[in-house]
Amino acid sequence: MNQPPVSLRSLPRLLAVLAIVILPHVRNLPVWIPAFALAMMLWRLGVARRGWGMPGTLVRAGLAALAFAAVLASFGSINGQTPGAALLVLMVALKLTETRTLRDYTILTFLGYFLLGTHFLFDQSIPMIVFLLICGVLLTAVLVDINHPDGGLSPRTSLRTGGLLVAQALPLMLIFFVLFPRIPGPLWGLPADSGSNAVTGLSERMSPGDISQLSQSDEVAFRVRFDTEIPPRTDRYWRGPVLWSFDGRAWEPGFSPNTQQAGTVADARRLLRYDVTLEAHRHHWLLALDVPMSVPADGRLTSSRQLVSRKPVRERRLYTVESALDYRLDPALSEWARRIALRLPVEGNPQTRALATQWRDEGLDEAALVNRALRMFREQPFVYTMQPPALGADSVDEFLFSTRRGFCEHYASAFAVLMRAAGVPARIVTGYQGGEMSANNQYMIVRQSDAHAWAEVWLADRGWLRVDPTAAVAPDRVEVGLGAALPAGEPVPFLARGTASLLSALRLRWDAINTQWNYWVLAYGPELQRSVLSRIGLPDWRSMILALTGLVSLLLTLLGLWLLWQSRGADPVDPARQQWNRAVRRLRRLGLSPAPAEGPRDFAERVHNQAPELAAAVEELVDAYVATRYAGSAEIDRLQTATNALPRRRR
Amino acid sequence: MTWNPVRGMHRRIEQWVTTRVQRLPGPVTIRRQRIYILPTRQGVVFGVMTFALLLGSMNYSNSLGFALTFLLAGLGLVCMHHTHGNLVNLQVSARGATPVFAGDTLRFVVVLHNASRRPRHVVGTGLRQGEWPDHWVDVPAGSEVATGLDVAASHRGRIPAPRFAVSTRFPLGLFYAWTWVELDQSAVAYPKPSGAPLPDSLEGDDGAEHSSPRVGNDDFAGVRDYHRGDALSAIHWKVTARTGDLMVKQFAQASRDEVVLHFDRLTDPDPEQRLSQLARWALDATARGLSWSMVLPDQHIPAGSGPDHCARCLTALALFQSDPRPTAST
Repeated sequence: MNQPPVSLRSLPRLLAVLAIVILPHVRNLPVWIPAFALAMMLWRLGVARRGWGMPGTLVRAGLAALAFAAVLASFGSINGQTPGAALLVLMVALKLTETRTLRDYTILTFLGYFLLGTHFLFDQSIPMIVFLLICGVLLTAVLVDINHPDGGLSPRTSLRTGGLLVAQALPLMLIFFVLFPRIPGPLWGLPADSGSNAVTGLSERMSPGDISQLSQSDEVAFRVRFDTEIPPRTDRYWRGPVLWSFDGRAWEPGFSPNTQQAGTVADARRLLRYDVTLEAHRHHWLLALDVPMSVPADGRLTSSRQLVSRKPVRERRLYTVESALDYRLDPALSEWARRIALRLPVEGNPQTRALATQWRDEGLDEAALVNRALRMFREQPFVYTMQPPALGADSVDEFLFSTRRGFCEHYASAFAVLMRAAGVPARIVTGYQGGEMSANNQYMIVRQSDAHAWAEVWLADRGWLRVDPTAAVAPDRVEVGLGAALPAGEPVPFLARGTASLLSALRLRWDAINTQWNYWVLAYGPELQRSVLSRIGLPDWRSMILALTGLVSLLLTLLGLWLLWQSRGADPVDPARQQWNRAVRRLRRLGLSPAPAEGPRDFAERVHNQAPELAAAVEELVDAYVATRYAGSAEIDRLQTATNALPRRRR
Repeated sequence: MTWNPVRGMHRRIEQWVTTRVQRLPGPVTIRRQRIYILPTRQGVVFGVMTFALLLGSMNYSNSLGFALTFLLAGLGLVCMHHTHGNLVNLQVSARGATPVFAGDTLRFVVVLHNASRRPRHVVGTGLRQGEWPDHWVDVPAGSEVATGLDVAASHRGRIPAPRFAVSTRFPLGLFYAWTWVELDQSAVAYPKPSGAPLPDSLEGDDGAEHSSPRVGNDDFAGVRDYHRGDALSAIHWKVTARTGDLMVKQFAQASRDEVVLHFDRLTDPDPEQRLSQLARWALDATARGLSWSMVLPDQHIPAGSGPDHCARCLTALALFQSDPRPTAST
């Protein structure tokens, strides 16, 4: 098919829209990629305006190879969503150098649509849907523009046409979105970096300073909707990774004993059920109140009674779980687990070990040892701060005996080391502590600033007992929140201060909107779709598809009718003609009607011959019509009377 | 030619479609039942892209990806209706074509009348369907615009306006909508002028290849019955008054400055060639400002001059023993 040329006027419009579409990638991609795209756009504009040369095939191939190599060098791989998006941007930039015909321009516009899709791998917040719609209108307007071969459409007309098309496509989009059967993904493997929109959160390694750093962030970690009562603040311990292995400085999960068998719970009381909407974090763990009692689909409980998902949480995820606030965890501890829970590095932290030995020599039992350690934190001048001094190799010694300034991970770590040194099995639990209720009191928001670390010690008959040494130093941290626990002047994240200012109220309101968005739009997957649609009587795929096709057909029919109505003639209504047509319809029922080429006068004459009994009536009618035609609308009443005078039925 | 998945389908549909076309005097209003619509190659690419986005959105369980996918799907469906709507209820009429010589291209004037409230952009006319049209126009709301239809005049005679496609792919180029229109219109193609030029010397020598122009100023040779087409000046009024019948003066040879182009006097055995020769001479005579008459076996065109006379003679040559004008509804 021969391709008509595209007007030069369309080129700057296309380039401007592509630049807008690429723009948000400045956040996700190395800056040279958007810069390269911009340079190619300017070059293309120079070709069109200043008559610069288009690059030859060799130069193009060279540039393509170079771009490919540069992506490979920057990311170490071309497989993954970030390198993929980078390649797509570069492809668009390179395609610019060979745009001549309508087909080239069309392909570029299509690439623009595709590029739009790559943004959502990085960001799916509410502003992005606005961006999607704006860019959708712009790209469609460009497509309209280039399909007018001489560029004769004004930008205004193109934009209006594009906007109209998108506006009419919107209801279809909504219907498809709700009713198109969703299947659980993924269809194929996800690249390793997928879910880059994951927020920075807990990690599986805890060294001094990690959590205090996290506490600077107002990012939402997860939200919770309680079916039952809302737990008191002091019980809001959200269990995350459990760490067994200590290398003298950092804690790691280590190999936890007997991984297949979930940690056992006895005497579970105060059960709570709740839904968690967890932000993507690209790790396996799911968070649950201490201690989880049920397992959502696609999850399991570890031997440390930690809830984990089989697949990494790459997208925001919704799950329901049940927890017991009172429990006994692992009332019996295997010898194997006990040994791991007592292991310390062979050397290091000698002062701590000496202190532990001294306590044990005082003849304290395990429970007394715990209390002794907590008393030390309470009574000696320990300071709870987010800006602890840096610690060296013997981090626990330095913290306990010289700096005495630390954040929760310092206290938890020092406490666990003391306990192990004193012969009490201990481990570290990381997670979140706290959470505030939303503006409408319907759900709880837990932020990264609520990240916390505490310890668990194993006492005979009691099982694993949660001990939070931070609470001994700064009780407010647990009872009120981070903001209250820190001395004034510490750089606490704004929202953690909990001051009820207008701004924080707005932030909470915005969060409420975001929650609805997350729950109803972003988490709208197979499960939510099924539960929503079965409530309105569409329980299975068959009925969904039936409703989908029915509604889409209905909307398209309405659109077709509207277009048909728009396309009919817009001649001003001629009352005389209207009245005449009415008379002709009456006459047709009487078996008489003017032939297409027959004038009213000729018709009257024919009636005179064919149906003499009607002659008078028809003659008057024709006279009235002719008079109306030529004498003006004053005679319209006469025409109406003459029409009404026609007999209804032929005698 | 690159591969086009819809091309084969196009051909089969076209066969079916052409059986439904009626030759009408026009103006013809394009009815929605008569509009055919298929995706273009770009439309197919658009569909494939949308499907790829769907798979990607499923893979990543990406809600906004789904939103984009479904927006594009909706856009495609809406665009289909708009492309269709760009043609529906458009009125097409033809205003004939200026005659040309056989071998040239006739351009039929096709008028598109848009009575609606919306402008119709990029509506094309062409003989073939599926290709970018020869001519396209924007028809503003409530107005009419003339466009052309190029038809090769392969032979002399009356050339009927062929069946032609009115098509559009506006607004997005994803769909191609067309309808066939056949208007009961025709135009005249004159015989292609050829042969020797009109002899310069009007002396009665037969040196020219075809000595048909009878040239001379012989004396009055008698009278004969009036035939239609005889010049008023040739009527012998005296004899007419005496006999009661119209009588015409006859000369042994035409007056000195009058040329008679006579079909039967030409020696070429091919009548088409003779017509071409006469056409050539008619043009030459007009160019020289001569007055001439023309005699064909079935008609006689009295002397005259100027472009109108020339056109009349050329039309006579064009239609000489040509097939009767085709009638409506075949």
